[in-house]
Amino acid sequence: MPKPFDKLTATAAPIMRSNIDTDVIIRIERLVGNSIRGTLGKWAFGSLRYLPDGSENPEFILNREPYREAEILVTGPNFGCGSSREGAVWSLQERGIRAIIGSGFGDIFFANCFQNGILPIIVDKAVVDSLAADIEATQGAGKVSIDLEAQSIVSPSGKQHSFDIDPRRREGLLKGLDEVALTLQRDNEIHAFQAADRTARPWIHSTRTSA
Amino acid sequence: MQKTGRTMLAKIWDQHVIARLSEDTDLLHIDRHLLHDLGGSRGLLDLKSRGLKVHNPELTFATPDHALSTAPGRAGTSKIGLELLAALRVETSASGITLFDVDQPGQGIVHVIGPELGLSLPGATIVCGDSHTCTHGGLGALAFGIGSSELTHVLATQALIQRRPKTLRARFEGKLPLGVTAKDMILALIGHIGAAGGTGYAVEYAGSAIRELPIEGRLTICNLSIELGAKMGMVAPDEKTFEFLRGRPYAPKGEMWDLAVKAWRELPSDADAVFDREVVIDVTKIIPQVTWGISPEHVIGVDGKIPDPKSVDDPARRAAIETALEYMGLQGGAPIAGTPVDWVFIGSCTNSRLSDLRAAAEVARGRKVAAGVRAWVVPGSENVKRDAVAEGLDKIFVEAGFEWREPGCSMCLAANGEVVAPGQRSVSTSNRNFVGRQGPRARTHLASPASAAASAIAGAIADVRMMGR
Ligand code: SF4
Repeated sequence: MPKPFDKLTATAAPIMRSNIDTDVIIRIERLVGNSIRGTLGKWAFGSLRYLPDGSENPEFILNREPYREAEILVTGPNFGCGSSREGAVWSLQERGIRAIIGSGFGDIFFANCFQNGILPIIVDKAVVDSLAADIEATQGAGKVSIDLEAQSIVSPSGKQHSFDIDPRRREGLLKGLDEVALTLQRDNEIHAFQAADRTARPWIHSTRTSA
Repeated sequence: MQKTGRTMLAKIWDQHVIARLSEDTDLLHIDRHLLHDLGGSRGLLDLKSRGLKVHNPELTFATPDHALSTAPGRAGTSKIGLELLAALRVETSASGITLFDVDQPGQGIVHVIGPELGLSLPGATIVCGDSHTCTHGGLGALAFGIGSSELTHVLATQALIQRRPKTLRARFEGKLPLGVTAKDMILALIGHIGAAGGTGYAVEYAGSAIRELPIEGRLTICNLSIELGAKMGMVAPDEKTFEFLRGRPYAPKGEMWDLAVKAWRELPSDADAVFDREVVIDVTKIIPQVTWGISPEHVIGVDGKIPDPKSVDDPARRAAIETALEYMGLQGGAPIAGTPVDWVFIGSCTNSRLSDLRAAAEVARGRKVAAGVRAWVVPGSENVKRDAVAEGLDKIFVEAGFEWREPGCSMCLAANGEVVAPGQRSVSTSNRNFVGRQGPRARTHLASPASAAASAIAGAIADVRMMGR
C-alpha cells in the first residue's frame, strides 16, 4: 500500500537530459530475482552515478552536495520512457525520491509512480526550465515546496506554479489508497461483467476447451 | 451534438468497461494476462502475501523468456535465472495457470507466443508486465504493458484501472520499395515524430502499406509503439488476420470461430472516425533505417550521414547529439554505412519470427560472416525454431558462420548473461538502443533482419540493397 503524499519541502535536483529511459534509471540485472526490494537505492542511475571502475562520478548531480539529499527530481522531456520495469520507480524511491517534476513522462513509468506513492507532476517545459534555473541559482541550497492538495509548487526564489492532476490519482495519493482492495470491493460487478461477456464473446472465456 | 464514427480503440475499450470510475477513467476487464519469468512469480508471490487468489487462472498464461540463457541446453542460465524459473513453475502450477515450459512447443518470447498460439485475438484486452505488449496490437487487440503493481491488480481482479488515451492514426501510404521492411517503416515514423511523439496516445496504424503487410510485419510495427512513447498500438483486423489465426491452438474453433470473426469484422474504425492526431508517411521514400545514437529517434537512412552537432544551433539538441556520439564512439558528419561492427544480433520480440529469419537467411545464404564479427540468430519461440529448422534456415545460418541459439530474449536486454562487451558495437534487430541496454557501455544500432544480416557479412553497417538479392 503506498504511503500517502500531501506536502513536501525538500532539496530538488535538476536532471535535464531528455529521454532518460528506465534502463538508465535502473539496469535490468539489478532487477533479476524475487528479493530485490531494499537493494535498489544504490543502483538508481547507476551508469551515470558510477565510473567504469565503480567509483562515484563526481560530476553527476546526485553525487554532489546538497543534491545528494534530494527528494525531488526536476527532469527533462520524456523522463522514464522505455521499459515498464517498476524497479525504476522502486530504485528512485529507495534513493529517497518522493516527487518528480517534468514536462512529460513515459506513460507506464508515470502510472507506476502513483502505485508507489511518488508524485509525478507534469508542467510546461518553461516552468521546468525556470525551476531548474532557480534551483541552480542557489546551488541547490534553496528548497522546492510541493502542496498536492493545493496543486502548487513554490520555487527556491518564491515563484509559485500551479499544476494539473487527475482528481482520482490526487485522491489516491493523498489518502494512500490501495487500488487492489478498492477494486475487490467491486468484485460482484466484475463477476456480472464476466457472466454477460461469456454469452457475448464466448471465445474469450473458453480457453481450456479450445486448446 | 453531431454524431461521428467511432475509432477501433473506442469500440474495444467500451466493450471492456466494468465500471466507469470518472469522466475519463474506467475499470476495464482484461481478457488475457501473460506472465514471464522476470515478474511472473514475483506477482504471484505478492498476491499470496496479501492472502489473495488469482481471479481467473484460465485467462492467465506464462512462459520463461527473459532470464533464460539461449545457449544450447540452456547451459548458461544463472543461479538466479534458474531460481526464477523454478519459482515460475511452482507458483503457476499452484494457481492453475498454464505454463509453456522450456523445450515445449509454446515456450518463447511472450510477445511471440501470444499471437503464435492464438492466445492474442482481435478485440481482446491483453496485458503483460512488459512494455512491448503493444506487439499484440498487430492482430487488432488492445494490448499494453503494465508495471508490477498493476500486474498484481490484474492477478487479483482480472481488471485494471485505466485512463482512456488520446488517439493517433499513423497512415503509411504507397508501395514499399525493395529491401525496405516493416522495421524500417516504424523506425522512420519514430525518426519523424520522435520518441515522445506518441506519449499519451493509442496509435492506430493504417494506410495501404499496412494493409499490404503480412501479420508478422504488423506485429513488428506495433512492437515499436512504445519506442514512439505510446503504450498501445494497433492495426485493424482483416482477412489476413483471420487467416493467420485460423487453426491456431487457442484460437476459437467451429461455430465459435464464425461468431468471433463476425464480431471482429465490426472492430475497424468507422470511416468517419475522428482521431486526436493524424500523421501520414509516404513509404515510397523510406530507405533501410539504422539508428546512430542512444534513442530510437536517433535514426537515419543507411545511406545517410551521422548528424553533426556543429551544424545544430539549438544548444540542448546539440548537447544531446554530442552525448549520444560520445557514447556511441562516432564522428558527426561521417557516413553511417561502413562503420565496423563487432556483433550482430538477430532476435527479440521485434524481429524473431519465421519471416524475419527467412529474410535474414536470404541475405546470408552462401555467404560468410566477416572475420572478427560474432553473429547470433535467436528464434523467438520453440515453434519458430522448429519451423525454421524444418526449412533448413538453421543450416544456412550456421554455414554462413552465424550461431543458432535457443529461443528467448537473449541479448535484447542482457538479463541472462548474454551481453555485448563494453565499447563493442552491435547491429541488432531488437527495439532499444538505450545506454547499456545490451550490456554496460555496449553500442547498439537498430536495424531490420535483412540489414543486420548484410552488416554481419560486410563486417560493417551495410545497405542490404547493395547486396544484389
Ligand atoms: S525480446 Fe527484448 S523487448 Fe522483447 S520482451 Fe524480451 S527483453 Fe523485452
